[in-house]
Amino acid sequence: MSDRKNPTGAPDTGHTWDGNLRELTNQPPRWWMITLYLSGIFMLVYFVLYPSIPTFTGYTKGVLGWTQMKRYEDSTAEIAAIRAPYEEKIKSLPASEIAADKELVNYTQRSVKVLFGDRCAGCHGAGGAGNPGYPVLADDDWLFGGGIDTIQQTITSGRQGMMPGFKAMLSEQELNDLTLHVLAMSKGGEHAPGKELFVNKGCVGCHGMDGKGMQMIGAPNLADAVWRFTPANEESVKYTIAHGVNAPGAAETRNAVMPAFGNQLSETEIKKLAVYVHQLGGGQ
Amino acid sequence: MNNQTEQLDLQHLEDLYREADYWHVNTGGRPIHAKRMPGRYRAYKWIAMTTWLLFFLGPYLRWEGRQAVLFDIPNRQFHIFSVTILPQDVWMLAMVLLFFSLLLAAVTSVAGRVYCGYFCFQTVWTDIFTWIEEKLEGPANKRMKLDQAPWDATKIRIKVVKHSIWLLIGAVTGISFTLWFGDALQLWKAYLTLQAPLVAWLSVGIFTFFTYLFSGHLREQVCFWLCPYARIQGVMVDRTTVLPTYDFSRGEPRGKLKKGVDTRAGKQGDCIDCKQCVQVCPTGIDIRRGQQEGCITCALCLDACDAVMDKINRPRGLIRYASLDEIEGKPSVSLFKRPRVIVYTSIMFLSIAGIIYGLATLGSLELKVLHERQPLFVMQSDGSVQNKYELKILNKTGQDMRIQIRASGHSGLQSIGIEEALTAPHGKVSAHTIFLRIPGDKLLAERIPVTIRAQDMDNPEFFSEYESMFFGPKR
Repeated sequence: MSDRKNPTGAPDTGHTWDGNLRELTNQPPRWWMITLYLSGIFMLVYFVLYPSIPTFTGYTKGVLGWTQMKRYEDSTAEIAAIRAPYEEKIKSLPASEIAADKELVNYTQRSVKVLFGDRCAGCHGAGGAGNPGYPVLADDDWLFGGGIDTIQQTITSGRQGMMPGFKAMLSEQELNDLTLHVLAMSKGGEHAPGKELFVNKGCVGCHGMDGKGMQMIGAPNLADAVWRFTPANEESVKYTIAHGVNAPGAAETRNAVMPAFGNQLSETEIKKLAVYVHQLGGGQ
Repeated sequence: MNNQTEQLDLQHLEDLYREADYWHVNTGGRPIHAKRMPGRYRAYKWIAMTTWLLFFLGPYLRWEGRQAVLFDIPNRQFHIFSVTILPQDVWMLAMVLLFFSLLLAAVTSVAGRVYCGYFCFQTVWTDIFTWIEEKLEGPANKRMKLDQAPWDATKIRIKVVKHSIWLLIGAVTGISFTLWFGDALQLWKAYLTLQAPLVAWLSVGIFTFFTYLFSGHLREQVCFWLCPYARIQGVMVDRTTVLPTYDFSRGEPRGKLKKGVDTRAGKQGDCIDCKQCVQVCPTGIDIRRGQQEGCITCALCLDACDAVMDKINRPRGLIRYASLDEIEGKPSVSLFKRPRVIVYTSIMFLSIAGIIYGLATLGSLELKVLHERQPLFVMQSDGSVQNKYELKILNKTGQDMRIQIRASGHSGLQSIGIEEALTAPHGKVSAHTIFLRIPGDKLLAERIPVTIRAQDMDNPEFFSEYESMFFGPKR
């Protein structure tokens, strides 16, 4: 019987369990041993080629001189080499010419998207969707102008419009009339008592007779459907008329400041951002 | 009584032990040197093997000025004669795979492991390798002797030549494989000038190594222990499947042929226990023990047995293609009344229909529209609502296209950015941005479906439409 369990008569360790289970000393399979030796050789070769053994002052560097940092730098250099021709072109061309070149626009849109997300989207929203108190960049209504050079100028130097508050100059009734007129204007209509105030109290000085605004000084167009401060209701419009925008010394005034990025970003980066904003949907 | 029971049990045990002694699992401990014999199925095998010539010669076929079949991985396109398949059409590959897996199932249910026995690369390459072995070392018994002979100059010479030829076949196999993925002539040039890309060298190396290992050394062990098809196909045969089968009712009781004993007398079956069927078996099994996992149904034992039957003047077919039902004398079910055959073939027809549909509707132009989500819509100064869309136009033809875009779905729809034709470069996806506007007073729903149509201006029959959405403020 026992011969059947050990047909080759292999030697055993002498240990027996349960009276008949013997531990044989058969060799492991050859392929298994070969694999074991090969992995040992692999390890030795690896240790020679690559950084591996820590020492008190550092580690063995390996004959290939491979480091993770170098690998990373090589990869980034590879990408930079692909980008270089585009970057060169963008550097040398004015923004308007970049915007006219479809390939460059494509490159710009993809490469500056992250920068827009980092520096612009915080206020203007992803894709220039705007936020309450911050202008939408994807529409065709511009405070200071939607030409590409103007946009570049806006990013470089920042913008700060100014509107005085009229709380001290106007009565409550006058404020209400003016508010109704401003709301009516955006729908193409008017509110007669308000219109009189609009002309007489100096609003036309900046916003114009027809309320279309003045981009030179960033006075918004009141006759269109886009609102600088939302929601577009009586309360909000009245608040703006009463307290103004960036009015000096007025604590309750609305704040509307676009910071200058000229000292934070390179000219190329700003140029790219200008192209990006111009392409969002409302560039002129 | 008690004594008698013990007697019976011992008898039973002895039978078990005899069976266990006979039972042998082929784990490659003893190399199989199969005898080669001419015959009908041997001829069929050679004919079936020629299908693999396609693998070697296919890459040199030319079609319309380029390689007829080219799997261009870097450029992500497959050229199959005049059809170009881009990643978007790869679902058809699934149909092709479905077809072939069902073909495998259908054939197996009808006639067993036909693929294994006649077409499988493992079988075919092993057969070529052993053919070379026989040419160099002689028939099976000589080969066994040579294996045990001491290493002298002759043995070394024979073995070196044999292994070199094996490796060479492996290398040619690997090179032929890579030729399907690059221009065959250029790639040959690159190999000969040692300038082929690393991935090509690696492929050739891997193929050489595994062809040599599998066909030269592992052989039937691959079928026994590595190949999943063997196991899958094993469970696909049933009582109606036609397989190489030993007719035990005719053959048993087997016994050595002795002078003066007439097998026809009924005391002895037709099997004369000459073991020729075992000698010729490339996987080293005994077919007389019935269908088993090691049998690749190559039918070489049929040739061997028929040759013996001819010699001893008995009718052929002691081992023959037969179903278990047939051997047991039961009536056979006709082919197309078997549920498995019906199910398998209908799925095969479905997948073929899918491929035909795919090839027929393989458009030249494909349009995808991505609606901009940030912002979903933009209010314009004139009170209209603007939506932004990114168009992805895939031009599958060989020429650049001038594309005209038209949007429809609302009476007040205005499009911006598509006044001029867009250029779609060939064999590529190009991205274009367009804007659609609807005056605020005409937009009566929060969202309305719009259809965007791209049409080749030079060939108006090439067009593609895509349904997208137009979003406006909440109503």
